[in-house]
Amino acid sequence: MKSREQVTGYRETATVVQAASLPVPTPNRLDDRIIFENVSKFYGDVLGVNRVNLSIPAGVTGLVGPNGSGKTTLMNLMTGLIRPTEGRISVLGLPPNRPEELFRKVGYCTQFDSFPKGVTGFSFVYNTLRLHGLDDREAGRLTHEALQRVGMTEAAFRKVAGYSKGMRQRIRLAQSICHHPTVLVLDEPLNGLDPMARAESLELFQGLGREGLHVVISSHILHEVDKMADQVILMSSGYVVAEGQIHAVRTEVKEHPMQILVRCSDPNLLASRVFAQDHVVEAKLNDDGKGVLVRTRDADAFYLLLNQLVVKDNIALETVAPADDDVNSVYQYLIGSENKTI
Amino acid sequence: MTRLVRMRKTLAEQPWELWTRQIASILRMDLRKNFLSRRGVWIYLLAFAPVSLITLHAILDHSSSISIRTDTEVLAGIFQFFYLRFGIFFGCLGIFTWLFRGEIIEKSLHYYFLAPVKREVLLLGKFLGGLVTAVTIFGLGVLASFAVMYAHFGPVGQYYVFDGPGMGQLLAYLGVTALACIGYGSVFLALSLLMKNPVIPALLVLGWETFNPVFPTLVQRFSITYYLKQLCPVSIPAPGLMALFTVVSEPVSTVAAVLGPIVLASLVLVLACKLVRRLEISYVAE
Repeated sequence: MKSREQVTGYRETATVVQAASLPVPTPNRLDDRIIFENVSKFYGDVLGVNRVNLSIPAGVTGLVGPNGSGKTTLMNLMTGLIRPTEGRISVLGLPPNRPEELFRKVGYCTQFDSFPKGVTGFSFVYNTLRLHGLDDREAGRLTHEALQRVGMTEAAFRKVAGYSKGMRQRIRLAQSICHHPTVLVLDEPLNGLDPMARAESLELFQGLGREGLHVVISSHILHEVDKMADQVILMSSGYVVAEGQIHAVRTEVKEHPMQILVRCSDPNLLASRVFAQDHVVEAKLNDDGKGVLVRTRDADAFYLLLNQLVVKDNIALETVAPADDDVNSVYQYLIGSENKTI
Repeated sequence: MTRLVRMRKTLAEQPWELWTRQIASILRMDLRKNFLSRRGVWIYLLAFAPVSLITLHAILDHSSSISIRTDTEVLAGIFQFFYLRFGIFFGCLGIFTWLFRGEIIEKSLHYYFLAPVKREVLLLGKFLGGLVTAVTIFGLGVLASFAVMYAHFGPVGQYYVFDGPGMGQLLAYLGVTALACIGYGSVFLALSLLMKNPVIPALLVLGWETFNPVFPTLVQRFSITYYLKQLCPVSIPAPGLMALFTVVSEPVSTVAAVLGPIVLASLVLVLACKLVRRLEISYVAE
């Protein structure tokens, strides 16, 4: 984290990669988005996040960044657990400082691994629903439903204090989804889960995203974010460094040529042809001799050229796939050099 | 439309039923924690300490000077000096400062903050939970002290309680206990929201409550003890300077004495509502 003094002037040099896929909100679209308008949060003199502008649409949004980059701060701001020092936040048109309305629509699975004393898994979820004002029967029904969704039915009546880390994670997840929220904020929800539970949770989040929910997930596991997120927000040192659909974000990172892997019938010929082009900076033959890894500054021009070569030189294509069009690569290009650890 | 009509309309539009259900849920969760917490054992000891002393007195003291009148005055002294100025004060300090501060220390406050509960409703629910706990524990302590004190007089004691002034005195003691819990409880709840360590300001409150009789009457009215002293059913014969702590120089009417702590508590709770509205979850700083 940087101090208030340290951040002065940072903004001028920082480049925010904003992909075209996240349009600037218009007033009539405020009610279906999570909006951050010039939001800053300082803990005393220490920076949490600074001048964040976001407009998060429905679907799964991955929040990625190294430790201390401001991911949890952003989520806590979104859910009103902390208040911004400056700026305005709106979650589907609701300000986060009105929990009585906000948490009818929002579920938040926090990273706080602490529970009210003596509580069982069932009562943890059930009491939340009673706080919503539901009667015993309805609260019981929704509790069973949520426990079933996270696979915690069998352990429901055991004390949470005796749960493993993964079970505690799942019971928190049950609590956040039990009231069928339209916005689901998940802070490192896959921590402590075994591979099977991870896969099930990923499927659950993707399913919720497909249903039209806003699912905002922070995670350290980049390939999992890649798998489930429709769009990503990359954070570093309290700033949003990139946002949007990962492909669009990658396209905007001009200083790193795109890597495209082509497997074809004549890799040598293809390599010699493409290397003659100005926009191609490297054409490397694969070790198995069946493919070429091309690094180009203009992917569109390369694809056009490839079409021409296929026709002209009679090259049979097997696969054409971007090799660094993923969260991991974008993360490395934009943040990796500043923060090696994630 | 007059302001009064508008206010009535606004009040009628509020979701009172939902708030009642939410307060009931908070009460259900908090009462169990308040009554059964191991860290609250000292509050039970505080509330029932006089009972053991009175029991010893009832068993061991058989001198001829013992009379109902003397013991009534002794009980009044125990109530005013022990319960009112010490036991209930520190008991409420322990119960009410822990309502939010305890949740912060145990990192579980976010559980309430993540529910669609108005912060004011949460505060009220938690305050009521603390109040029920404090009134039950100290009410039972006072009741037990009273019962033991008069039980050893046999039929005479029984006559004093049921056909004499005893029952009225008991009800007055219980009423004062409840008012003390309301007053002190609200102050300590607000203090716990205002600062991380409310013990030092609580000691200042204790000093204020103890020495406020030396101040002008107008200033005294901002003290909870000022009202409660005059509601105590038995006056204590205190010689010299001690009278300062037992006698009210300019008493108010009984109704005003009852309403005084309630109004004070209401004002403090309004302040507490503003504080809880601004409260952020920041466990790291604790």
